[in-house]
Amino acid sequence: MAERELTFAEAVNEALAEEMRRDPTVFIIGEDVAEAGTPFKVLSGLVEEFGPERVIDSPISEPGFTGMGVGAAMTGMRPVVDIMFGDFLTLAMDQIVNQAAKVHYMSGGKMKVPVVFRTNLGATRRSAAQHSQSLHAWVSHVPGLKVAIPSTPYDAKGLLKTAIRDENPVVFFEDKMMFKMKGLVPADDYTIPFGVADVKLKGEDITLVATSSMVQIALGAAKKLKEIGLSAEVIDPRTTTPLDKETLIESAKKTSRAIVIDEGYEQYGVTAELASVIADGAFYYLDAPVKRMGAMNVPIPFSPALEDLTVQTEETVFQMAKSLCGKV
Amino acid sequence: MAEKTVATAKSKADAGDVEQLLHAYEQMAKIREFEEKANELYMKALMPGLTHLYSGQEAVAVGVCEALRKEDYITSTHRGHGHCLAKGAAVDRMFAELLGKEAGFCKGKGGSMHIADPDSGNLGANAIVGGSMGIATGAALSAKMRGSDQVAVCFFGDGAVAQGLLFEVMNMAALWNLPVIYVCENNNYSEYTHRTETLAGEITDRAKAFGIHTETVDGQDVQLVQATMEKLVERARRGEGPAFLECLTYRYYGHHVGDINRTYYRSKEEEQDWRENRDPLKLLGEKLIGQKLTDQSVLDRIQADVKAEIESGVQFAIDASYPDQSQVTEDVFA
Repeated sequence: MAERELTFAEAVNEALAEEMRRDPTVFIIGEDVAEAGTPFKVLSGLVEEFGPERVIDSPISEPGFTGMGVGAAMTGMRPVVDIMFGDFLTLAMDQIVNQAAKVHYMSGGKMKVPVVFRTNLGATRRSAAQHSQSLHAWVSHVPGLKVAIPSTPYDAKGLLKTAIRDENPVVFFEDKMMFKMKGLVPADDYTIPFGVADVKLKGEDITLVATSSMVQIALGAAKKLKEIGLSAEVIDPRTTTPLDKETLIESAKKTSRAIVIDEGYEQYGVTAELASVIADGAFYYLDAPVKRMGAMNVPIPFSPALEDLTVQTEETVFQMAKSLCGKV
Repeated sequence: MAEKTVATAKSKADAGDVEQLLHAYEQMAKIREFEEKANELYMKALMPGLTHLYSGQEAVAVGVCEALRKEDYITSTHRGHGHCLAKGAAVDRMFAELLGKEAGFCKGKGGSMHIADPDSGNLGANAIVGGSMGIATGAALSAKMRGSDQVAVCFFGDGAVAQGLLFEVMNMAALWNLPVIYVCENNNYSEYTHRTETLAGEITDRAKAFGIHTETVDGQDVQLVQATMEKLVERARRGEGPAFLECLTYRYYGHHVGDINRTYYRSKEEEQDWRENRDPLKLLGEKLIGQKLTDQSVLDRIQADVKAEIESGVQFAIDASYPDQSQVTEDVFA
C-alpha cells in the first residue's frame, strides 16, 4: 500500500471523503461543517466536492440535528453527525442515549441506527471548563453505543471508515490537540476492526494502557523509562466498546504491572473500567495494584498555570511507572 | 385566552365516501375496544407495568393515518396504541408485546411504550415526551435526500409542546422545506396538569413563528381530521414543506391506567360531557345513520367483528410464550 504522511485532520477528512464517494447515503450534518469546515478545518473541501445537500450546515441545535441524524439513519441513510465539541454531547444526550442506543434493542432487532456521532475530547487548549472535557466514559457506559477513540492518523482513518460502515450508532472521539499530528496513512481503502487493541510499543516490565491523547504521553514516558532500564509495553484499546479485554489482560500477565492512562475525569471513569478488567483477568500474575491515571476531578480551569496540572504528562506517568516497578 | 377558530366538517358526506367512512369507523372501534381490553388486562394484573390509554382520541390517529400511504412514516408517543393500529399494526402481535411475549412486535423487549412496526411505516412509540420529534424530522430529511415522496408524521401531545426540541426541528424543517407534519393532539392535559398551567399563548403560534402552515381542527371529527390531513400531505408531497396540525381532543382515562382518582385536576362532569357529546365514534355513527349512509345493523356488525378480533388477539397473546432467557443479550447491537 502506498503510504503518505498525513495529519490526523487530513486522515479524518480522507476517510469521510472516501466513504462519501463509495456510498451515496453517507452525509454530514452539524454546525459550520460546510464552507467553514468546522473550527478545526477538519472538513475543509468536502462541501466543494459533495455539495451542501450532503455536507449540511445546521443551526446551533444539537438535540435537533442529532435527533434528525437518528431518524435519517433509521430510514436508509448513514449520517455523520458533527458535534463541534465533546462538551456539547451533554446537549444531545437524550437523542444519543435514549433514542439511538435503544432503538435496535427496543424494536426487538427490527430497526437499525447506522449513525456516527463525530466529536472530540482533550484539554490544554486554554478553552476552559466547557470546551475541554473528555466525556467518552459517559457514552461508553451505555449499552447499544460503540465508542472509538483513535490515537494516530492511521487509526483515525481506518476506524472512522469502520464506524461509518457499522450498522450501529458509533460515537467517534478525536483529540483536538492531535489534529496537526502527522503519521503514515495508506492511500488505499482500509478499515480497522472495532474491539482490537493495538500494541503501540512492545515491552516486558510494565504495561501502560493508554487511550487517545494519552497514547503519545505513554510512549514518551516509555522512552524515559527505557533510559532507566525499564521496558514498557504501550497498549491502545482504540475502542472502549467493544473492548479488547484479552490483549489488555495478556499484556498485564506478561509484565505483571499495569497503569491505565486516560484523559477523562478519573472518578468513575474509563480508567476504572479498564483497571478492573486487568485486575480481574490478571490477578494472580500481578506484582502490584493496577494504577489509574485520569484527568484531575475538577472542572478544567482556564489559566495555563492551572490547566496543565489537570492532565497526566510524560513525567507523571514516568514517575508512577518507576515507583510501581520499585525504582524510587 | 383567545377563542380558537375551529373549522367544521362539511355536513354532508358524498356517497362515494361511505366505504371510507365505514373503514374509519371500524379503525376507531378497533382502537376503542383494544384500549378497553388493555385496561382490563391491567386491572386483572395480567399485564406487566403500566399503559397509557388512547380512548377518546381515536379520530386523530385514524383521520391522520387514513390520509397516509403504508410507506409514509409516523413516530408515536407513550400513548401510542391508537397510532400503531391506525397505521396498520396487527392486534394480536400488539397484545403480545403488551404482555411481554416473544411474538410481540418487539419480541417483548419494548412493551406498550415502544411498539415499532417498520413494515407499516411506524418508526416507534417513544417514552420520552417529545423524544421522537428529531426522528420524524430526520425521516423527512431522509425521504427528501433519497428523492422519495414519502412524508413523515410526528404525533405528540400538548404536553410535548413545552419541549425545546420541537422548536429546533421546526426551524430546520421550515428552513429545508422538509415533508414532515407535526400533529399535536391537544387533549388539554400535560399528564396531571391542565394545559393552561403549562403553556403560554396559542399552540399553533409556535409553528407560525417559523413560517410553518398551521391548521386547528376538531379532533373528534374523523372526517375533518382526514380531509385536513390529506391537504397537508399533498402539500408536503408537492414539496411545499412542513405543516402543523393541532387536533382538539380529549383522553377519557387518566394519564395512565393507574391514574384513577382524577378529581384533583379535572371534574367528572367534564369527562362525562366529552364522552356523551364529543365522542368520535358516536359522532361518526350518528352522522352515518342520520344521513342514511348506513344503518345500525352495519355498525353493529363492525362492532361485533372488532370485538371478535380483539378477543382472539388477546387470547393469542395470553397463549404466546415469553422470550427465552437467552434473548436478554440479543439485539443490543445489530
